[in-house]
Amino acid sequence: MADTTLTHIGQTQPRPAGLQGVAADWSSDQRAFKNVSWGKAMMWIFLLSDTFIFGCFLLSYMTTRMSTRVPWPNPSEVFALHIGGSDIPLILIAIMTFVLISSSGTMAMAVNFGYRHDRRKTAILMLLTAALGATFVGMQAFEWTKLITEGVRPWGNPWGAAQFGSSFFMITGFHGTHVTIGVIFLIIVARKVWRGDYDTGRPGFFTSRKGRYENVEIMGLYWHFVDLVWVFIFAFFYLW
Amino acid sequence: MVDITPADAVPPAEVAEMELYHPHSWWTKYVFSQDAKVIAIQYSATATAIGLVALVLSWLMRLQLGFPGTFDFITPEAYYQFITMHGMIMVIYLLTALFLGGFGNYLIPLMVGARDMVFPYVNMLSYWIYLLAVLVLVSSFFAPGGPTGAGWTLYPPQAIMTGTPGGQDWGIMLMLISLILFIIGFTMGGLNYVVTVLQARTRGMTLMRLPLTVWGIFTATVMALLAFPALFVACVMMLFDRALGTSFFMPAIVEMGEQLQHGGGSPILFQHLFWFFGHPEVYIVALPAFGIVSDLISTHARKNIFGYRMMVWAIVGIGALSFVVWAHHMYVSGMHPYFGFFFATTTLIIAVPTAIKVYNWVLTLWRGDIHLTIPMLFALAFIVTFVNGGLTGLFLGNVVVDVPLSDTMFVVAHFHMVMGVAPILVIFGAIYHWYPKVTGRMLNEAMGRFHFWVTFLGAYLIFFPMHYIGLMGVPRRYNELTDMTVMTESAHHLNSFISIMAFMVGFAQMVFLFNLIWSIRHGREAGGNPWRATTLEWQTPQTPPAHGNFGKELPIVYRWAYDYSVPGAKEDFIPQNMPGSFGSSREPA
Repeated sequence: MADTTLTHIGQTQPRPAGLQGVAADWSSDQRAFKNVSWGKAMMWIFLLSDTFIFGCFLLSYMTTRMSTRVPWPNPSEVFALHIGGSDIPLILIAIMTFVLISSSGTMAMAVNFGYRHDRRKTAILMLLTAALGATFVGMQAFEWTKLITEGVRPWGNPWGAAQFGSSFFMITGFHGTHVTIGVIFLIIVARKVWRGDYDTGRPGFFTSRKGRYENVEIMGLYWHFVDLVWVFIFAFFYLW
Repeated sequence: MVDITPADAVPPAEVAEMELYHPHSWWTKYVFSQDAKVIAIQYSATATAIGLVALVLSWLMRLQLGFPGTFDFITPEAYYQFITMHGMIMVIYLLTALFLGGFGNYLIPLMVGARDMVFPYVNMLSYWIYLLAVLVLVSSFFAPGGPTGAGWTLYPPQAIMTGTPGGQDWGIMLMLISLILFIIGFTMGGLNYVVTVLQARTRGMTLMRLPLTVWGIFTATVMALLAFPALFVACVMMLFDRALGTSFFMPAIVEMGEQLQHGGGSPILFQHLFWFFGHPEVYIVALPAFGIVSDLISTHARKNIFGYRMMVWAIVGIGALSFVVWAHHMYVSGMHPYFGFFFATTTLIIAVPTAIKVYNWVLTLWRGDIHLTIPMLFALAFIVTFVNGGLTGLFLGNVVVDVPLSDTMFVVAHFHMVMGVAPILVIFGAIYHWYPKVTGRMLNEAMGRFHFWVTFLGAYLIFFPMHYIGLMGVPRRYNELTDMTVMTESAHHLNSFISIMAFMVGFAQMVFLFNLIWSIRHGREAGGNPWRATTLEWQTPQTPPAHGNFGKELPIVYRWAYDYSVPGAKEDFIPQNMPGSFGSSREPA
């Protein structure tokens, strides 16, 4: 797509002070956000909308947790792993969280190298991010399998409120889907970086538009968002 | 803010030329088109087609209500299915899709001076997913058990229980899947509209120079992006309740003497989620109408809109306030009286920006050079209808008045006036206004005037009596109103009268549809700017506008959209892209 990142931002114009100045800045000529490209603006607004989806999911989960009359299963016991003769609470979740947060680190490094047009390092770091993401999804699959074999179903479980299983599968499933989509797109963007599409201006297969290294950053915005959401799920579902 | 009216003070271009996909074949030009204008027409045609289904459903309902017992095929179950599908189709698949997908796609790029939406490919996907949602919805008519009859609000637990048509068959599942698809498709389009308005305007087009049409559609789209998530989540959860046997919304229930498997869920949670979407949805439909009607009034009264900046702030204010009023739909759900107090207060506060808008429309007309063209007739009709519908909103916004009126025909009359008839009148006005730009020909005037008078008067003859029988206590959602003490002899006559009026108004719509098709070939040649309007879409080099909208050079904007009858100017309108200064414009500095 066209290079809409900062080139020039118009002559600096005298602005009225206070709230009127804020309004004038926002409504200024051609672009409201001066050095934000279309793709990045679109991703931010999408993430805002997605925040409302996850927010509604979490609020609904809290409401049903309060509305049900049956006691809620104790997460530290349910999510404990039996390792070396003792039950360690939340150990798998802790590792999963560590993996996902580390993947945000590698993603940030990929963005950095992307802007230096270092194809090799960018692609490798993105693939590493994707691998960490896939690990996360793999561990989630392991966790699901373990709970299912212990008898947890969306409509019931051996320890208490049926809403525990329903909310668990729904929320972690929806988040896991986000991670999976992210992994797929990480691989696609990494391939484009590796092949040098962003240097040669090769048009996209579907959109027939030229991509830019900024796409790595836009990809990163999504990835960090998915990561941040996990922190809230971790806090509200596993720690409460 | 700096005045850049002098021709030599054009701001430098910040937005580079857009890479457009140029179609290579008939398929990519007219079917899988990435041109926002083609997508707009696809959206409009699909919305109109499914809207016709909803119109027919309303006739069937009126047949049953007006002449109970005469039509055997309208069983109670079928009646509930008609009522549900009529409501859902009209609100979501017709009004939302037509205003945002139809008018949004056509007008945003043209009015802000862009070549297209910022991401045309995503925009195209948006339409095809919308079409898929419509097809899934239609398929439920043919599914075993028929479509859902849960009422358009789909309240659990009844929505997924045996007694409700489609509750334990396919109906409710197809409805939920269709809604989920609609939301996904809409999000793709909505992101495009928002980013195009914010980031892809032409030189000189500050946000405070946007035509109010764009402001209305833009604000409504932002609201939709924040409100639809609640519906999305509600749909997913109810789908799980129905398909997997979870109990998000299902409390412990005994059905036909049998204890169901469900238990512990919260039906009120669904109501909160639904109305957190549902109330903003009212304004998602109303705000584009507000915006469009402002432009129609200004253009056809040859006068600048009164209080442009107040109009913008009113739109934004209504948009923000509409997120904190949702529980006024739930006064009878057993909520705490203090909540009722809070939501009644916020509801009444919305009347302030809304009243500002109504006053400003009227003041725009004041001493204007009013041309009673068909778009203007519809715009005037909108103002009265909106005021009438809005006033009954004050009744229903107050808890003590709402509780006895809840679930009566009064409510039906209220929301049909304010969010059914009023926005539809604007849609008609807008079609008569922009049809010449889309096709290059005017719609037939005689058919148009017939359509207007029958629709306008007919709508009042339908819904005014309905307020009255509602005040008498006649309930809504009952398929048969005979043998009720509240249904006096005269109320029965009134009821049959309403039905006959409904058929007549429906017939007028057939004339309108015929006009739409007939005028493509036989309408009077319109020329590029038949209404002598100022906004950019009327200044395109070709009519209908070609791919890329503006030819080689994008227009440069030198003024706001409302320079009509400027004292001292030669013509009574100055296009936004006309350089130089003429007379004393009323553009706010």
